[in-house]
Amino acid sequence: MSAHLLSEITVFVLAVFVGFEAISKVPTMLHTPLMSATNAIHGIVLVGAILVAGLPDPTLHPLIAVLLVVLASLNVFGGYTVTERMLQMFKPKTDVQRPVDSARNKP
Amino acid sequence: MNDTALANPVDGAYLITGVCFILGLHYLSSPKTARLGNRISMAGMVIALVATLTQGIVGWWEVGIGMAIGAAIGIYSARVVKMTAMPQMVAAFNGMGGGAAALVALGDILRLLRDNNGFVAAGSAVPIVLSCAIGSISFAGSIIAFLKLQEWMTGRPIQYPGQQVVNALLALIVLASAVAVCASVAPELSFYVLFAAALILGVLFVLPIGGADMPVVISLLNAFTGLAAAMTGFVLSNNVLIISGALVGASGTLLTILMGKAMNRSIANVLFGAFGAVKTAQGAVDATSGGSVRAGTADDIGTMLAYAHEVIVVPGYGMAVAQAQHSVRELADQLEKHGVEVKYAIHPVAGRMPGHMNVLLAEANVPYTALYDMDDINPEFPRADVALVIGANDVTNPAARNVTSSPIYGMPILDVDKAQNIVVLKRSMNPGFAGIDNPLYENPKTVMLFGDAKKSIDELTSVVKGL
Repeated sequence: MSAHLLSEITVFVLAVFVGFEAISKVPTMLHTPLMSATNAIHGIVLVGAILVAGLPDPTLHPLIAVLLVVLASLNVFGGYTVTERMLQMFKPKTDVQRPVDSARNKP
Repeated sequence: MNDTALANPVDGAYLITGVCFILGLHYLSSPKTARLGNRISMAGMVIALVATLTQGIVGWWEVGIGMAIGAAIGIYSARVVKMTAMPQMVAAFNGMGGGAAALVALGDILRLLRDNNGFVAAGSAVPIVLSCAIGSISFAGSIIAFLKLQEWMTGRPIQYPGQQVVNALLALIVLASAVAVCASVAPELSFYVLFAAALILGVLFVLPIGGADMPVVISLLNAFTGLAAAMTGFVLSNNVLIISGALVGASGTLLTILMGKAMNRSIANVLFGAFGAVKTAQGAVDATSGGSVRAGTADDIGTMLAYAHEVIVVPGYGMAVAQAQHSVRELADQLEKHGVEVKYAIHPVAGRMPGHMNVLLAEANVPYTALYDMDDINPEFPRADVALVIGANDVTNPAARNVTSSPIYGMPILDVDKAQNIVVLKRSMNPGFAGIDNPLYENPKTVMLFGDAKKSIDELTSVVKGL
């Protein structure tokens, strides 16, 4: 095993632990946005897609290369948009608009 | 990398991206800071993409057209998708990422073969075959999950004789072709065999999994795509891919475990158990024999709700199907005008993905402070005057507590049966997804209101309004 590969594996393992730490603090209420947010994060594969499709002497047929970038871009742009939309909806009680003041109408 | 080589500034940018992603996940720990977190994560993504585009890209057409099409479709569909359809949307985007990882692997193995006269070193081949196999399974599996959730195909488990054998054979083919690629035995052909077999395996492994188990499957596929992305990071020697993929892999794994726990089932049981197949209907029948069901009218139930002190709403997938979340919110508003305290009890696996009900209720403007997790709300049920069950079934089934023969025995449930009165809104007396009878319905404290959930709630709302 090369030193380079070992350092990459180190990064991978440490990131897994950081991931577990960060995720275990997310409340169940936010699990759908969490899933959507991590979904968007693995859209980082777009970086790989750009390198494979865009660097000189490409090996993929141009149409396949376009398809590759389309798939990864869908993941990134769709993922972030949908997460943002969901998170916008989570409001504490004070921010929620009430059609009628509920306290005043208590019997 | 040796010490004399100058560091590439792009790697510095990638480091910032990694930090942004971690901070983004950190801020998701509270609904107050979650949006900030998503923005930080987005900023990290932009930094990584801009940095990558400075890396001597020549294929601007491919990259530009691809990104334009992907962004247009992605943003458009993300904007118009209904919140009830969120599980299939997430599944679809997840599949796209998996497919991209598999194609990155294809591009790279072809480059290696070209540069090395048809030979590939085992060390570089391992991450390539892994990212192709995991990415393809995730892609094909996500598409099937999407079709099931969208109800373009049946949500019931699809089974045929010898299913496990076929899947095992396919897994063997994937393994064998992966080994062949690594050993440079007909590497290009072997790689295509690997690609195709992994795609078929992805399809076949999700087919026998029922709709109610989708929270587990979606979490697992999310973890898969994360891992596939991390593997492409090893392929391309790119730390930002490794870090991000590892984060997502960890997150997906954790959620998968949590969902399994919330159903008291092992992940293997979910994947290979074909839960929800019609034949699993035995078990609970004997527990409920002889009981009778009491049906009520909207007038009676509406009055009972209006004169309660505390009502706990228990939403389930049926609420999502009927698109009833806005009606529920209106009913709650009317009840609050009568001085009733309304709380919502959310079971971890209610709906089709983790946290699905929370998103639907948030969309209907229910404040998140009124939403309670199972552990927080269970002690509250004995104090509640009415538990209002809307389209939830198995997560309220008391058989899970004491009927050892029940297929859901041991699953943590909401203690709905401990409330003073129980109102169940249901379309008909058909058993729930798991095909198990629910003794809750025969509880003397229970009143059933049959019909479409949205219509029933609207009726209740008008009754409460008229009081």
